[in-house]
Order: sequence, then structure tokens, then C-alpha cells
Amino acid sequence: MSGLSPAEWEVLLLSLKVSAVAIAAALPLAFGLAWMLARWRFPGKVVLDAVVHLPLVLPPVVTGWLLLLTFGTNAPMGRFFAETIGLTFLFRWTGAALAAAVMALPLMVRAMRLSLEAVDRRLESAARTLGAGPWRTFLTITLPLALPGILAALVLGLARSVGEFGATITFASNIPGETQTLPLAIYSALQLPGSELQVARLAALSVLLSVGALVLSEWLARRSGHGKGRHVL
Amino acid sequence: MSFDIAVTLQRGHVRMTYEFAAGPGLTALFGPSGAGKTSLLDAVAGLVRPIEGRIAVSGATLFDRAQRINLRPEKRRCGYVFQDLRLFPHRCVRDNLLFGWKRVSPDERWLGIDVALNLLGIGHLLDRMPATLSGGEAQRVAIGRALLSAPRFLLMDEPLASVDADRREEILRLIERIRDELSLPILYVSHDRAEVERLAQQIIPVEPAHSAA
Repeated sequence: MSGLSPAEWEVLLLSLKVSAVAIAAALPLAFGLAWMLARWRFPGKVVLDAVVHLPLVLPPVVTGWLLLLTFGTNAPMGRFFAETIGLTFLFRWTGAALAAAVMALPLMVRAMRLSLEAVDRRLESAARTLGAGPWRTFLTITLPLALPGILAALVLGLARSVGEFGATITFASNIPGETQTLPLAIYSALQLPGSELQVARLAALSVLLSVGALVLSEWLARRSGHGKGRHVL
Repeated sequence: MSFDIAVTLQRGHVRMTYEFAAGPGLTALFGPSGAGKTSLLDAVAGLVRPIEGRIAVSGATLFDRAQRINLRPEKRRCGYVFQDLRLFPHRCVRDNLLFGWKRVSPDERWLGIDVALNLLGIGHLLDRMPATLSGGEAQRVAIGRALLSAPRFLLMDEPLASVDADRREEILRLIERIRDELSLPILYVSHDRAEVERLAQQIIPVEPAHSAA
């Protein structure tokens, strides 16, 4: 395969930008939600759990439509973000990132919640008796022990967001150079007669990206040193 | 008094009241399993909050419901040797031993690292991970970790539980040395009469849980 054409570069870089921003934004939110669901008891926990998991079970086109209803130009959240920090989503790459983040969120919350629930809380109380406050206990005990799950969440989220199609095309539309990520570009190419080679090249790029993410996650898990004998996925 | 305790603990639907004052040296809480001895140690360490009462060690009040005093576990300066040890599985023996040590200011430390390693005979284990230790080794590391956190008193919960029969004598001698050489008040939980009679200056019998409706 020869080098990438400028148009292919554009699609690839846009995809990477959208996914990176989506996961960077979703990571703290997903961790907070995972923590609440794993550690807290509060009324409405079941409802929160269900809402978080909604994008996992809904048809993506419905999620995209719900995003239009909440983050559209005249919708409550859309107006809030536009007026406070000047951030709009419709027909923009930020919208593609939002759709990718929402679709990745349930997978990330699940992986992190499981790993947090697996942390032995007796070890945390041992750290407390040894003079570590709650924050230091979190950093030295809870976080390292939950790290494999957090890395797994990162990889799952990344894979999910790179492959995001339905919610993105519904919410942010398919605009080359703005919201046209890899899956959307493959879809567009499929609509054009005689573009089989283009489809194949984009599909191959997509596979390379996914394999690359897997290799990266394995490497991260090994480097973290706590994953001895453990695999991220 | 080393330990001055009068508390009521709630465990499930059962309430348990403990009241005793203990002098220096090793005080044993002796009674059958299920009598709530571990709950009492947890309360002294600040891991369980009593519903009523007062806990003071060597004159310092750690908990007093009436005065609304409840020191956080990390402020109580207790060396707690748990029955299930609770060594940090992701840290090597060295990091486990130094976990509490690093969190006390140098002028409050009363036990040197070399002295501790010698006393416990664990100098050769420093780079090992807890999962690779034998029961006796892990027990000695857990005791070392507690001692190196420069505690003002020691809580020991069935320290012979995870030790093989042929290593019991070795750990018993170690506890005797800690008792005699470190002049540290020790609250010691066991269900074994012979063990308690050998080690303790004072024995507090703990009855099985009596519920107060």
C-alpha cells in the first residue's frame, strides 16, 4: 500500500482528534460515575446506573437523536454550553467527539466499576492505620490496584469511539473535514460506484488503528508493573 | 492506664458493651470467636465507630462520644497487626515496611529500620512481593510494618493464626521481645488460653455477644 493521500490523512487525523478528545473528556466523568456506583449508596442509584448504560442498549441512531434533543442549538444543554463557554456541537467535530464520548461512557464505567469493586477495602483501612489520609490512600492503594481496569476502560472506550458511526452521523452529520471520521468516510465511499479500492484502504487503516490501540494497551499494562501476569482485556 | 475503654458497639442487630482499664505491657482480650474481639480492636484503631462511650490510650483520648471526639484512623498512631495481615499486594516488602515509616516525622520515629530488620529477621526479604512469602515471613513483615510506623500502642489480632505450627514458637518469642524491649502498650486478641497465659500481664475475658434489645 502506498502512502496516504491528503484526504486520507485528513480523515485519520480527524478520527484521532475526535477520539482523543472524547476519551479525555469521558475519562474523569466515567471514573466519577464508576466510583459513585461502586462505593456510594444513595437513592436513585438504580436510575443513574440505567441512564449510564442507556447508550449501550439503545440503537445508536436513537442516542444521536436524543443528543440532538439535549445538545442541539436551541436545546437546554446546547444553549448552556454555547452561552457559558461558547462551545457548540451541531455539525462540528466537537459534536462528533460528544457522540463518541457518550457511546464510550457505559463501557468505560463498567470496566472501572468492576475494578474498583475488586479492590480489597481492608487494604485501604490498613493504609489508614499506617498514617495515610483518605487522599493518600486513594493514590497509593486504590488507584494502583484498580489501574488494570482503568487501562481496560481506556482501551475499550478508545476502540468504541474510533468505531462510532450511528450516533455521530445522526447528531453531528457527515461533513468531510469536520465530522467525517473513518467509519463515516468508509460509508461515504461505499455510496460511490467504483471506489472499492478507497473503501479497502480506509478499512485497512481502521484495522491498523484498532490493532495499534490493543498493542498500546498491552504495553501500558506491562509498564505499569502491577499487571504482572494480568491482561488488560 | 494504658488502655481505658468503655464503649458500646453495634454489629448488625447486636449491641456489645466492653468496659475495662488495662495497665502497661500486654493485655489480652480472651474469648471465643464471634465474641466481637476484632470489632473492639477496629474501634480502637478508628475503623469502626462506637455508638457510645470513650476510648483512651496512655492518657490520650481517641474517641469520646460525649465530647464529640473521634480521631481519624491516620491520626491515632496505632500499630495494627491484622489477623489477615493485609500486606499491600502490589508493593514489595520494602515498600510495605516503609509505608507507615514515611508518614511519621523523623523525630517521632523510635525504631530504626536496621534494628527492626534485625529484630524480625526479615532483612533478606526486602525485594520480595508479599504473595511469595510464607505464613511466618508474612506475619513478621506485618509486625514490622506496624512497628516502623512509630505507633504509640500496638493492636494484635490472632497473630499466630496464619503461622504454621512449627513457626509458632518463633513468633511467640518475637512478641515477647516486643513486649519486653519496646515498652509499648499492646492489646492482644486470641482465643487460645495457653497463648494468652504465656504472653499477657492482664487478661480481659470477652463474652460472646449479648444483645440488648
